[in-house]
Amino acid sequence: MSGQPQPTVGLFVTCLVDAIRPQIGFAAIQLLEEAGCRVEVPEAQTCCGQPAFNSGDDRDTARLARQTIAAFEGFDHVVLPSGSCAATMVHGWPELLAGDPDWAARAKAFAAKTHEITSFLVDVLGYAPSGRRLAASATYHDSCSGLRELGVAAQPRALLAHVEALEMRGLPGNDVCCGFGGTFCVKYSDISNAIVTEKAEAIEGTGADLLLAGDLGCLMNMAGKLHRRGAKTRCFHAIEVLAGRADGPAIGEEA
Amino acid sequence: MNVALPPFKERARAALADRTLKLAIDRTTGTAEAKRAAAVAAFPEFDAARARGRAIKDHVIANLGHYLEMFERNATASGAHVHWAVDDAEARAIVTRLCLDAKAKVVTRSKSMLGEEIGLPHALADAGIERVETDLAEHIIQLAGETPSHIIWPAMHRTREQVAELFNASHQPPPEADDPATMVQSARRVLREKFLGADVGISGANFLVADTGATCTVTNEGNAELTTTPPRVHIVTAGIEKIVPSTAHAMALLRILVRSATGGELTQYTTFHCGPKRPGDADGPEEMHIVLVDNGRTKMLAGEFREMLRCIRCGACMNHCVVYRQIGGHAYGGTYPGPMGSVLTPVLDGLAAARDLPNACTMNGRCAEVCPVGIPIPTLLRAWRRRSWRERLEPGALRAGIGLWAQVAYRPALYRLASRIGVRALRAFGRDGWIGSLPLAGGWTAYRDLPRPSGRTFMEQYRDQQKGRK
Repeated sequence: MSGQPQPTVGLFVTCLVDAIRPQIGFAAIQLLEEAGCRVEVPEAQTCCGQPAFNSGDDRDTARLARQTIAAFEGFDHVVLPSGSCAATMVHGWPELLAGDPDWAARAKAFAAKTHEITSFLVDVLGYAPSGRRLAASATYHDSCSGLRELGVAAQPRALLAHVEALEMRGLPGNDVCCGFGGTFCVKYSDISNAIVTEKAEAIEGTGADLLLAGDLGCLMNMAGKLHRRGAKTRCFHAIEVLAGRADGPAIGEEA
Repeated sequence: MNVALPPFKERARAALADRTLKLAIDRTTGTAEAKRAAAVAAFPEFDAARARGRAIKDHVIANLGHYLEMFERNATASGAHVHWAVDDAEARAIVTRLCLDAKAKVVTRSKSMLGEEIGLPHALADAGIERVETDLAEHIIQLAGETPSHIIWPAMHRTREQVAELFNASHQPPPEADDPATMVQSARRVLREKFLGADVGISGANFLVADTGATCTVTNEGNAELTTTPPRVHIVTAGIEKIVPSTAHAMALLRILVRSATGGELTQYTTFHCGPKRPGDADGPEEMHIVLVDNGRTKMLAGEFREMLRCIRCGACMNHCVVYRQIGGHAYGGTYPGPMGSVLTPVLDGLAAARDLPNACTMNGRCAEVCPVGIPIPTLLRAWRRRSWRERLEPGALRAGIGLWAQVAYRPALYRLASRIGVRALRAFGRDGWIGSLPLAGGWTAYRDLPRPSGRTFMEQYRDQQKGRK
């Protein structure tokens, strides 16, 4: 990066990481700093608004969107450890604010600099981790929003390929929804359960030690089901492995 | 329609409990998914064909009146009679009157979802006319007294073992064995007598060809030809969005329709019906009637669901839908199930009756990914959710919950405080790393454990770290 100014990144940690698993946020900061960014975590962040957006409540979503754009638009880049929240900002917000003359252009410009973290590391920064080692087998689930709305598929796999001794195993139906769907999983819990049961069976079938994914919502759904079923699979956000932070407790484990 | 059905969640629960249904769904959708993938992989031009299909449909939708009038002119010139129906009631009335005018005692019908949409089976029964379904799967559900559960495989909810039982009880004489080939032979024998004795044959149309006035049916069983040719009168019922400018355009759409529906390259039978029997023709109906049905379509044309008019009824969206693959078609409660049905049913049955359908979706986007005409189904489902929220059809508890959450989410400082309290409170419910039961979150904990929060939020820990750095 010599000669070039250090890119500034506003990290949006997401509401789930903030409440349930802070170490994903610290893994994100570590990776972004290793990749040469100056990372800040603005105070004026709460949630991307998906609970409201997916319930049809556009007014509340738009208000949250405007507030978050104002707090983050000064950074060179906005990065999230979630394809789902990133997709809401990249596609949902510009659509929502398209008719608002004061905000349409700002929402578009904001969307253009907003990224899911693994795609940002690979596609924008050309980063690859070095010196990471994890002697384990792992399988990877593609979370839907990141995969289909942002094209996140090759990037996390490319990064994970740099982790020494990590054996990646294919997951049958890796691109099939886990049944989380945000509020869907509680509104239609019977259907969600049937979907995540099939997902858990597929994960267990790989015999992998670890399940990795790029969205904490999906991970909580799958980890919670695997644990209820008595499976031994341990679940981590992919960036925890990439940051060398998967030597401690997995999701749902305590030190 | 379907006013007597139990609520969606109850229907879904009943479907989830039916393991035979699940077996039947997995067999059919699993095969369909694999065959479609192979067909697309073997057709390098698929993306180009898809773009062309979408462009054809968009062009037709933008010029619908022009092409419908062209179709009417050319169909009339070919000797067919064209009828216009504003809604399902008018369509039923027209078809029933045509059957009664023809003094029909028996009508044969080849599979048509539009016919289901307008409630034709009931209307014919009410008029005292015997209806014979000639599509094998429609024959199965007619024997069972059911409605289609899939737009391509109407009887996909029944396993072949269940069909064998049904045929043994209904066919006279019963089939000699219960392998698929013998059962098909038995149905063929039963249906063949009916084909030849029918007074009227009713078909749908996969395409209405504007520049020739022909209607096109595609099948894999040949039943449409036997339905439309021997009877004295042939009635076509079709939605107005089925129009294409020319035969070449119909063939362009057929390439993506068949691959998306069954994974085949072409249907076994692709027939263009152009007017009644002419002097010198060896066969064909003496009268041909075409009933063009609006039933909400022009309303869609003018509104935010316009893109749904591109739909060519291939069924790929439901074959690839995680929800459909768990609950099957009947639980949706409308004529059209799955993702495309969740967009259409609120149009047809009203949002108040169908508000669950656009909500019972994880928004995973796979339906849009496989749609051969690029319909942004999740975006359209979200449009219904938006309308449902605006019209206050969503449950009060949800509205209150989202409202309260939003009030806190607007205020970062308050949100920080609430989440700090929240994660500490949550910890109290768990043991080890997991929460097995949580008040107000039964939807989650009934089926899965909830990871116990670490006790301090990211923001708290981060601020401490930042202070330490200074």
